[in-house]
Amino acid sequence: MRFMMIVIPKGYEGAAPDAVPSAEAVAKMMEFNKSLQKSGVLLALDGLLPPSTGARVSYTDGKATVTDGPFADAKEVIGGYWIIQVRSREEAIEWARRAPMSNNEIIEVRQIFEMGDFPADVKHAAEGFEELPNATVAKA
Amino acid sequence: MSDTHKAIEAVWKIESTRLIAGIARVTRDIGIAEELAQDALVAALERWPDEGIPEKPAAWLMTAAKRRAIDSLRRGRMLELKHGEIARELEFQQQRLGDAMDKAMDQVIDDDVLRLIFTACHPVLAVDGRVALTLRVACSLTTAEIARAFLVPEKTLGQRIFRAKKTLSEAHVPFETPRGDELRKRVESVLSVVYLIFNEGYTATSGEEWMRAELCDEALRLGRMLAGLLAEESQVHGLLALMELQSSRTAARRGRSGEAVLLADQNRGLWDHAQIQRGLAALHRAQALGGGAHSYALQAAIAACHARAGAVADTDWERIVLLYDALLQINPSPIVGLNRAVAVGMAFGPAAGLHALDALAAEPALANYHLLPSVRGDLLLKLGRYAEARDELQRAIAMTENHREHELLSKKLRQIPNNSQDANQAS
Repeated sequence: MRFMMIVIPKGYEGAAPDAVPSAEAVAKMMEFNKSLQKSGVLLALDGLLPPSTGARVSYTDGKATVTDGPFADAKEVIGGYWIIQVRSREEAIEWARRAPMSNNEIIEVRQIFEMGDFPADVKHAAEGFEELPNATVAKA
Repeated sequence: MSDTHKAIEAVWKIESTRLIAGIARVTRDIGIAEELAQDALVAALERWPDEGIPEKPAAWLMTAAKRRAIDSLRRGRMLELKHGEIARELEFQQQRLGDAMDKAMDQVIDDDVLRLIFTACHPVLAVDGRVALTLRVACSLTTAEIARAFLVPEKTLGQRIFRAKKTLSEAHVPFETPRGDELRKRVESVLSVVYLIFNEGYTATSGEEWMRAELCDEALRLGRMLAGLLAEESQVHGLLALMELQSSRTAARRGRSGEAVLLADQNRGLWDHAQIQRGLAALHRAQALGGGAHSYALQAAIAACHARAGAVADTDWERIVLLYDALLQINPSPIVGLNRAVAVGMAFGPAAGLHALDALAAEPALANYHLLPSVRGDLLLKLGRYAEARDELQRAIAMTENHREHELLSKKLRQIPNNSQDANQAS
């Protein structure tokens, strides 16, 4: 089963557009990333630029409204994520416990839907995907 | 199981491989190391529910294993040593063992884990022993879990693991990473164990579904681990690529009522495209390291041709034929030849495919293999030679005992136009 560990760093909602993590924090994070990799559980990871460089697209009655960051009413924003493949929810939590986070930072652990988990009608609905241009598959 | 027990199990799954590897650096015997690690787990199960999970669970487990090692040294030595020497000698031995374990605890190095895997996959062991021991020490599966996955009684599997440990101990297999020419051979042994585990999960049609998927995931995890530990070994990346690409199709391999769906009929939208990307990246790595012509990399390259094709019609069949040619050079198997004939049929038309297939007709290995008449029937059908196609498909049906295959073949048989006249004769 796959899980996403979502990093919610306190204060990141108001971080300056050019904010970057300290070398020390990155070094600690790299050590953690390596331990995930060495255990063979790491599938993907990324860090996200501050929300002040992003935008929110919200929808009302089918109409989309764009708001540029930073987002005044956001209390928690996402700073990055890992995707790991583990054997249980507890194992994902155990990995999250080991992450080198600072005071008040949060990691939210969430399981990823697998196509096999979906009931037949949802799988059937997903079949339309095949007619879309297969952008993610390199045609090299 | 209580929440604490589940948490302890999770800690165990994460830590046990490195724990066993670290202890084995001192004991030089993975059987003893595994038992000491198990003892440490028992201690954790006794203490953690009350005390909570310690801040550094790995260090706690190693300390518990050390205490246990010193205890058993004391008990063992009591019998061996002469009375007067006991106290001093024992103190010295305990000190030395304790120091060595402390050192091992400080830093379990990657080489320890690698040594552990090499030892578990040692050629001195029977293949089923290698598989069981690897799942046990490198994947921290319980005996019960491994037994369920391989559909054998738990007792049988326990004995298999016991025998494997005993063989390693009796053969004085050193706890080390082989060098030079030996390394190549031993890497091959490790990779074949990993691929066996993968295939057990991927191709079997019986057994507990969940446990089967688990085996594929374990093999993939081992593959990723090895790709880090043996980063310069092209074959490791080739095998990882092959497993990633094959398992990227998992969701599409079963139809709505659980029936097998062949590659050509699969809904490619259900393929895991992120996994395909990982597979292609591993394949590039294998090729960049000069291992593109190895068996796993060639098979992965064939899988990559399918993965890159958005639809069956987009498949680069000519490239697949070339890859099968290269694979036949190093692995001249009639099964590979059969697959090649299918590819030839797709690339150059059914007549060419039939020609390639008929060159294999005399292969004794294919004499009772239902896929030979099945493929032949398919090619004849495409050529409009309906009467012969019907005969071949009926032969194939008679040969297979697999229920799903039976269904697929019968369905194809029903699709042959009712008029028994061949298409070319009728026209």
